Amino acid sequence: MSLDSSNPPVLKLENVTKTYRADGEEVHALDGVSLDAAPGQFISIVGRSGCGKTTLLNLAGAMDFPTSGRVYIGGDVTSGLSDAELTAIRRTQVGFIFQFFQLFPNLSAVENVELPLMLAGGPAPGRTAKQSLEWVEMDRLADRLPHQLSGGQMQRVAIARALVHSPKILLADEPIGNLDETSADVIIKLLRRVARELGATILMATHSREAAQVTDSIVRLRDGRIEEVVRP
Amino acid sequence: MIPTATLFFRLIARPLGREPGRTVLTTFAVALGVAVVVAIHLAAQAATGSFRSSLESVTGEADFEISGVGGLDENLLADLAALPSPFRYSPRVEGVALVEPHRYSVPLFGFDLIGDVSLKRSFAGQRFDVDVLRRSDSLWVGPRLASTPGETLRLTVNDLTRDYSVRGLLETQGLAGVSRDSIIVMDLPVAQLALGRQGRLDRIDVLLPPNARLEEAEKVLRDAMPAGVTVQAKGVRLHENREMLSAFRWNLRVLSYISLIVGAFLIYNTIAVSVVRRRTEIGVARALGATRLGVHAVFLAEAGLLGFFGSAVGLLLGRLMADGAVELMASTVNALYVSSTPGEIAVTPVTGVIAIAAGVGASLLAAWIPAREAALVAPTEAMARGRHEYRARQGVIRRLAYAGLPATGAWLASLAPPVAGKPLLGYLSALLLVTATVMAAPALVVGVTRATSRLVRSAFAPEGVVASRGLAAALPRTSVLVATLASAVAMLVSVAIMVGSYRNTVIVWLDQRLGADFYVRPPGRSEAGRHPTMDASVPDRIESQPEIDAVARFRAYPIRYKGRPATMGGAQSEVISRLGNLRLLSGRPQEVLAKLPAGDNVIVSEAFADKHSLQVRDSLVLPMGDRKAEFRVIGVYYDYSNENGYALVDRSVLLKYLPDPAPSNLAVYLNPGVSHEQGRAAIERATAGREVLISANGTLRTQALRVFDRTFAITYALEAVAIVVAILGMAGALLALVIDRRREIGVLRFLGASAWQIRRVVLFESGFLGLLSNLIGLGLGALLSLILIFVINKQSFGWTIQFHMPVALLLGAITLVYIAAILAGLYPARVAARLSPIEAIYEE
Repeated sequence: MSLDSSNPPVLKLENVTKTYRADGEEVHALDGVSLDAAPGQFISIVGRSGCGKTTLLNLAGAMDFPTSGRVYIGGDVTSGLSDAELTAIRRTQVGFIFQFFQLFPNLSAVENVELPLMLAGGPAPGRTAKQSLEWVEMDRLADRLPHQLSGGQMQRVAIARALVHSPKILLADEPIGNLDETSADVIIKLLRRVARELGATILMATHSREAAQVTDSIVRLRDGRIEEVVRP
Repeated sequence: MIPTATLFFRLIARPLGREPGRTVLTTFAVALGVAVVVAIHLAAQAATGSFRSSLESVTGEADFEISGVGGLDENLLADLAALPSPFRYSPRVEGVALVEPHRYSVPLFGFDLIGDVSLKRSFAGQRFDVDVLRRSDSLWVGPRLASTPGETLRLTVNDLTRDYSVRGLLETQGLAGVSRDSIIVMDLPVAQLALGRQGRLDRIDVLLPPNARLEEAEKVLRDAMPAGVTVQAKGVRLHENREMLSAFRWNLRVLSYISLIVGAFLIYNTIAVSVVRRRTEIGVARALGATRLGVHAVFLAEAGLLGFFGSAVGLLLGRLMADGAVELMASTVNALYVSSTPGEIAVTPVTGVIAIAAGVGASLLAAWIPAREAALVAPTEAMARGRHEYRARQGVIRRLAYAGLPATGAWLASLAPPVAGKPLLGYLSALLLVTATVMAAPALVVGVTRATSRLVRSAFAPEGVVASRGLAAALPRTSVLVATLASAVAMLVSVAIMVGSYRNTVIVWLDQRLGADFYVRPPGRSEAGRHPTMDASVPDRIESQPEIDAVARFRAYPIRYKGRPATMGGAQSEVISRLGNLRLLSGRPQEVLAKLPAGDNVIVSEAFADKHSLQVRDSLVLPMGDRKAEFRVIGVYYDYSNENGYALVDRSVLLKYLPDPAPSNLAVYLNPGVSHEQGRAAIERATAGREVLISANGTLRTQALRVFDRTFAITYALEAVAIVVAILGMAGALLALVIDRRREIGVLRFLGASAWQIRRVVLFESGFLGLLSNLIGLGLGALLSLILIFVINKQSFGWTIQFHMPVALLLGAITLVYIAAILAGLYPARVAARLSPIEAIYEE
């Protein structure tokens, strides 16, 4: 399903199925999902718990392989790639944001942000990390440890970390699910800016109708299938 | 209210079952610790508990034994027989025979085969023909040495080898132990002849009639005997032997507890990890009605469970290890203390109780503090781990300051004298020093990670950064782990320095003492308290050879002084003064040796002086033959050959009291220009027809060092087990860290870490822990070695040891530990690399 025909898709899912075995039975987490996402697009994925939102994000982030169908990230098909090749895709093209922030409690804000660059072996990670923190307006608290930050601040650091290597795709799994209304509003506005100013494609799984309303497209999932796509 | 059993099952048992690898590792670590304690307990009992001689197993126990230095005149028997008391006497001589051609030593006894009623049981059904009995080749043996009467046995007794005829087999039914079956019995005159002790007896055992009064009987016997003869109630010697070995047993016991302490550290670590990981659940359980006591009990039960299973496995392992331990310990006891036969290894209910008490007790003690910490978690508290560990980091400086207290205590305890002859405060000092290091460990971990952060960042990023920061962050767990491995390394280092120093001291001493070119003695294993002799003509014949400059004759007798065995020696001080090399604690050897023949003067070894608090100018009264003689101490000399020590007089003085000229050892000095081959040939020529052992200077030195190394083999074995326990614990703890941080590992994978990078993070952690533990262990070990050498050893054995750092050995040992530490990280690294990041992130 193409959500924007004006630009070539940076992320493409083609009739993707993902099946797990649980307690001896097959569970279809995704069932024939097709999706094209163009650069700069902000897409929300909505649906009940267990409808396949997280599975879709994991496939889109080269964290998992589809059981059938194809996932294209920046033109590369993920199926058949080695672990090292998938790692290379994550290092260059994908950024992740999680509901519980997943910051390293023992690293300061700036050290958390540096981490993806260091893992990829990039030069001078400190300066780039600080720029990324500036972008989310967290540079003043760069040396604080996560437990010294509020939930909203932690999520902004997590966004800076997800953006530090300038990924083409940003995958956000319930990014405001653990935040109060005010903080959630700040985060959604920030994500909006990311798509608009940095041109990253954002896929955001959310339960929040308000948050979904500010995105370019809303993809509604039901039992692993796309039920409808709405443009708010 | 949540029942404690339910809480235990849900909070503890299930997670334990879900992590079988870690559970098994921890249990095995405890099992090894318990096994060492059990093995040493069993082996110590078997190797040092059996002083019943083989003879007693044949004759049964007597009430008194009469003995004297250099033996007893057999005419004393007539004096005893003339006493009006209805006592029964059992005279005997004792020695060792070497069974040819394999030359294993077997105890040889001679006693009155016709008149001695105590032998009835062993010679049941045998009739003695007096002619056969008195033949010089007649003997009776235990069933291990011959299968039927009439067999021929070739034996070397003292320095003579000849064939003997087996006239009958001894009835050994009902006697415990195979060793009892290896025994040779001759009629008294035949044995006296074979052993070169015509007219002499070694002991007379006295059996009292039933209902006799022991005190009265002892008085009657004492009054009838000359002053130098000892009348001793049976059992006194057994008790004295046990007392004598108590320091040896004590030190081994203490060493055996090291592994258990290391195991206890690991239990502490396991429970601490368990508490940290379940902090939220504990908070929730408390909110739902679990009591503090219940939570405390639940975590103690976890430790108790691991301790119980560890004890059960440890009991079995310990029984297996005891076989090896008893062999090592028995050879040490025989070489250094007293000749004895190891007894049976007996696993009794008491052994089981010891195993359970050691394993469960140590586990519960170790778990007490983390379990208490769990109990103190407030119901409302489900605090983030980061904050909890941040708080732990804040307490680092405070704990470092507190570490000063045990450190000061350690210093003060090291200055204190022994308590009841045991270096109890020395051990306390070592324990306090370890405690201080454990308390300082968090500060050391934080300090080193901070000090190396730039280096790690520039050289080992990003894995090194993640690993070292992760370790510093998980301080409560990391510091226990570092303290555990560091303590084990410190024990190894301290014992290595102590043994290395001791060995070096012995080498220097051997080089000085072994001044002669050759040493000659009767064949057979050299054992404490056994001094077979050579014919008195042997040294004269050697000395008459043109290649020989001089022969120094030495005669040794086993004596007992103030309840402890020792050796009385007679040496030719004039030859030693001219050619030998004696080191005295104070005074000039030449001057002291010149005074030795000039009266009843004696020089004593350092160990003897220390055991009996003797100094130069003190006097000591020694039983010599049937007299008691008072000697003046004119010198104390260095000697490391026997813990019980020597009292040396001039040979002329010895012969005055004990006129037997047969020497037990000879030191042979060659003339200038005579080669070793020529010298050996000359000695062989002179001793033809006699069985003697001729050892060149260098060979004797090598043999002495071999005995030394064998003596300390068990020490190293115990240390090695402690290191294995620590490494096992490290693997378990790293696995716990991996499982504990699986979500972080998952996030790293989401952020672009490859599987190899994850592996490297864990390996870096294990390497970092290994390095840090080695550094701390080296420092602590060096300090502990000072306590071992200058406090515990000095107070236990009385030897002066020069400090010496065995650099190559230490480098080798810590390199091995370091490699082992990295290897310990391999499995956890593999687990970490194979974790599913999606499961790790979304499992909660």
